[in-house]
Amino acid sequence: MTETPAEVEVSPVDYAKAPINASLTAEDKVRLLRQLYSIRNFERVALKHYNEGRMGGFLHLYIGQESVAVGTCSLLGENDHVITAYRDHGHALAVGMGMNECMAELFGKATGCSKGKGGSMHFFAPDKNYWGGHGIVAGQIPLGLGLAFAVKYKGLTGSCLAFLGDGAVNQGVVYESFNIASLWDLPVIYIIENNRYSMGTSLDRSSAFRNCLAERADGFRIVWDIANGEDIYEVRAKTWTAIERAHNESRPTVLEIDTYRHYGHSVADAKHKGGYRTAEEIEKYKNLHDPVLVWRRRVIEEGVVAAEEADAIDKETRAEATAAVKFAEESPVPTVEAVQQDVYFEVDRQTEAGRTGRHFFND
Amino acid sequence: MPLIEYRDALNEAFAEEIERDPNVFLIGEEVAEYDGAYKVTRGLWQKYGDKRLVDAPISEAGFIGLAVGASMLGLRPIVELMFWSFCTVAYDQIINNAGCVRYMSGGLINCPIVIRGPANGGTSVGATHSHTPENWLANIPGLKVVSAATAYDAKGLMKTAIRDNDPVMFMENTLLYGEKGEVPDEEYLIPLGKADVKREGADITFIGHGRAALTALQAAGQLAEERGIQAEVIDLRSIRPIDEEAILNSVAKTHRVVLVDENKPFCGVSAQVATMIQEKIFDELDAPIRRVCTLDAPAIYSPEVEKLQLPTVERIVAKALEIL
Repeated sequence: MTETPAEVEVSPVDYAKAPINASLTAEDKVRLLRQLYSIRNFERVALKHYNEGRMGGFLHLYIGQESVAVGTCSLLGENDHVITAYRDHGHALAVGMGMNECMAELFGKATGCSKGKGGSMHFFAPDKNYWGGHGIVAGQIPLGLGLAFAVKYKGLTGSCLAFLGDGAVNQGVVYESFNIASLWDLPVIYIIENNRYSMGTSLDRSSAFRNCLAERADGFRIVWDIANGEDIYEVRAKTWTAIERAHNESRPTVLEIDTYRHYGHSVADAKHKGGYRTAEEIEKYKNLHDPVLVWRRRVIEEGVVAAEEADAIDKETRAEATAAVKFAEESPVPTVEAVQQDVYFEVDRQTEAGRTGRHFFND
Repeated sequence: MPLIEYRDALNEAFAEEIERDPNVFLIGEEVAEYDGAYKVTRGLWQKYGDKRLVDAPISEAGFIGLAVGASMLGLRPIVELMFWSFCTVAYDQIINNAGCVRYMSGGLINCPIVIRGPANGGTSVGATHSHTPENWLANIPGLKVVSAATAYDAKGLMKTAIRDNDPVMFMENTLLYGEKGEVPDEEYLIPLGKADVKREGADITFIGHGRAALTALQAAGQLAEERGIQAEVIDLRSIRPIDEEAILNSVAKTHRVVLVDENKPFCGVSAQVATMIQEKIFDELDAPIRRVCTLDAPAIYSPEVEKLQLPTVERIVAKALEIL
């Protein structure tokens, strides 16, 4: 599938020529393709086992949006941080978390990234500057502001990419955060992943806006932009502009990235197909705007990779996801004792403070 | 020992910890240039500047969330709530983020934050400004809750709270800010989880926290003077962790207990204390456990009546006499 279908809108600007993209090596581009396939296949395999009833809770799939996490997270430096909401598998893998620890977390195992205590919505890897994985819509946004505040407080050149969905933009804390970010010149980049549906409610039915959601930033003197999420070059170019603004001017940015989720809000969302959106619409996005296929086509056209190699990457990442399931299956569940571990730092470490007074009140 | 106001004891704790640790900063509404709504932070901004004393807009969810996020990266924020009552608009940040982030990350992330401010009724500011949320917060495993009754305790507990690596919710009291108490010149720390026997006695135990402990102390004085009854007064100081040993030891000694609590009775701190006594030393009790709590309604405005809504010396004495 190397030809460009007629219906695809080609961006008038070729963001491949942006310096941040022009400097990409063939190897870099293949690595991006591998990341896209990793996320896609991790979730496809996870979905299969979720549907078999092997996991608890919710599963919010990122399939269709992979280019956003892959493009933005490919730009992170030592002091650049990431925080996101509950649709967090893509960002986790994009910052370099392993499939084993992520899959084991979905299976509720002690070897999971959060020891089986967080689940699908709560992946964390602070060693990779990845601060979750948060379940309450927009609850993570002030935390991202705080990470940026801490970067600045410590005198470091860095930023925080704080991801939120188009539904989250109607939570009050987003605007409290915009105000503080602008008022105090904090290096935070709000990335609105606009997949057009706030759970089961369309954008037009949930949000009042003039031209786009990011434009709301105008009232706070925050520079904003919008990007076509299916084009990794565009995502990277516009995110890099925001990161440079954070690094050089310590100013925030609101970047709205248009994207689309192929599955429902969560797997349990029965009305996503033919209910609040049409089957035709979903098919259109799958066929013409799938970010994995768009990038695959692009790098094949550029001669960076052969179709057979791309197929091999697809296969390898699927095998990796399948192996991660085996790892998860063979891992132990947490002990009952673990239920009351990781509650208090001082208790876990059995410090003097942790040994003073009663902390837990079991019957 | 110097006699200083409760508010200045806290002020000393902030100054000492700001000087000791470059990661400590204080943030809240009007804490810097205005010197704090209750002057608890007076003079600190002039001394330590914008970086360490941060005036925040009226956005409790925004700046508490900011502080939680900053603490995840190793800073040690002290957050002032002008009233603890305002925690309601920041509840998600306190409960889900400060309270759960360590757990949900499997212990990978810490949240060494202090949130502090007055949490009391009795000042005729109406129900919305008169909440005592220590029981709401102590219900959340992951949070610690502290309540200081005296200047000495306020300073020693605050310094410990700032150094603690878990999120500490620190309850102060506008009626106590101006109360003077002895505070030593030399540095001291009071551990969390250690109650204080504010008065020794063998006939009955009063247990309370914050201003309720002081009301209990007054009641004990009256009982001693008028009837020769010696009440022991335990000030919990720390609610979670709680000093169960001190509670049980005292009740095992006196065999009678009245719990004094400015919380509302339903699931108030005293309800938990009563459960612990009943579970652990039922046989030591010579009488039923009694409680004196805030009368069970939103805080009334009417100044004269609000005083009666809170635990009073008269109600404590009457309850004590019922079981003596």
